[in-house]
Amino acid sequence: MRTTHDENGVRAGPFGAGGRRDFLRVAGLGGLALALPSLLQGCSDTTAPPVDIGLDAEAQLHRYLNIPPTPVTIDLSTDIGIANYAYALEQLEAQFYFFANEFGRQALSAEENLVIRDIRGHEQVHSDFLKALLGAAAIPMLKTDFSTVDFSSRAEVLGTAQVFEDLGVAAYNGAGQLLESPQYLLIAGKIVSVEARHAAAIRDLLQPNSRFFAGDVVIDANGLDRAFDPATVLAAAAPFIVNPITVVGG
Amino acid sequence: MENLTIFDTIDEDLARTVSRRRALSEGSSKLAMGAMMLSAPLALAAMARSAFAQGIPQQITDVLNFALTLEYLEAEFYVTGVGTSGLIPADKIDVFDQIRKHEVAHVAFLKSVLGAAAVAKPQFDFTAGNGSGSGPYAGVFSDYNIFVAVAQAFEDTGVRAYKGQATNLMSNDAILTAALQIHSVEARHASMVRRCRGKKGWITRAITDIPGAQIVYAGEANTVQAGIDVTKVTVVGKGGGGRAVTLDAVTEAFDEPLTMEQVLRIVDPFIV
Repeated sequence: MRTTHDENGVRAGPFGAGGRRDFLRVAGLGGLALALPSLLQGCSDTTAPPVDIGLDAEAQLHRYLNIPPTPVTIDLSTDIGIANYAYALEQLEAQFYFFANEFGRQALSAEENLVIRDIRGHEQVHSDFLKALLGAAAIPMLKTDFSTVDFSSRAEVLGTAQVFEDLGVAAYNGAGQLLESPQYLLIAGKIVSVEARHAAAIRDLLQPNSRFFAGDVVIDANGLDRAFDPATVLAAAAPFIVNPITVVGG
Repeated sequence: MENLTIFDTIDEDLARTVSRRRALSEGSSKLAMGAMMLSAPLALAAMARSAFAQGIPQQITDVLNFALTLEYLEAEFYVTGVGTSGLIPADKIDVFDQIRKHEVAHVAFLKSVLGAAAVAKPQFDFTAGNGSGSGPYAGVFSDYNIFVAVAQAFEDTGVRAYKGQATNLMSNDAILTAALQIHSVEARHASMVRRCRGKKGWITRAITDIPGAQIVYAGEANTVQAGIDVTKVTVVGKGGGGRAVTLDAVTEAFDEPLTMEQVLRIVDPFIV
């Protein structure tokens, strides 16, 4: 389910070419938060300059690096389970945009960075809100793996964002009919249109002022967006999630 | 009580337009389905078959006719705009032609689902003059800036309108899903039209720079979702990097619904 870099890999990870994350992985030092600043210095001889991500981001990075890949069960026969499915997707997006916002900056234009920054905020809000909504029933934090994404590449950052946004829209569209609670359906509706706004914006960055923002691959001849069932969505998301996920009740 | 007041201001003809075909809807099922089977894709035909086999409840017919009325409005708006030479800059034509295509498709789709129960297309006045042709947006088809501002208001209204009706469609999975699939397309449109105006694709608080459109954004500054004060469960700060988000982001992260009455009040000036 995950792709691991070999030690000679020059593919830039979230933390720059041969960057911090790979360094941490190779050195087995992922758990040493206090060592991070000095490790950053240790990477300074790589092709990409080290990125100063600030103390708040360092703390968040530390959090993400230390998430245990706990097995997760999602029960699609209940609204709680559907909400956890949404929470999983929002966690995935929030973490992706955290990396994109911290480590993709040099690849993106000023305007593109503002879009990524805004979306990063929205996905964090969605994730935090769903966690609060679910309370004790919430699945744990997911451990993500974006090692296949080259965050120094504009095309890969925006292309991956497009995939996640289109997928998120299709996921919520497909999940609506599974919900029993009108309150949960309304919440899903409040979130999905924001995901669709993201999708259009990211697509407009990739192919400006074209039909691509709502292109014919995602919008059919009836003018309908895609709607995917959870199995399809989770299969597409699986390469980015380390935790084993068991789906029941589907 | 506030809703009653709002409802009282709605053009009674419009309210009738939306529900007028009530009496026709039940007896026409077989006819509608017959028409569907001739031309529609299989999935749609299957959906119509299941919908009509069950008999669409009146509540759903009313919602679909409400949606159809909005789609008529949008479709005619973009057909006219795209067809008006010199209105839309060359570099934006593809964007608006794509939107036109979708809105026309939505009209056809909803009419095919409703069959004989579909309401007729009203006459529109895109200046928002109730038929006078000299409303506040009098330059709508001669001044691109006005055209795209009205487009934004229509799209953001459309998103809120579908959202507000989703729970009324829960008794029919196929129709609910189709409505959600239209809803997200409207949201893509809204984002793109906003970007054409140099705006963010999302709605920040209840802010708008469009004269007369405050009503479209009423309630969008909400930060309480499902009874949870979202500002208390996320880290609100300066945003930018790291973990914290801005208060603006909390409002942007959720689009809010509008009731049918609120939407009808918004579109009333555009209907003759």
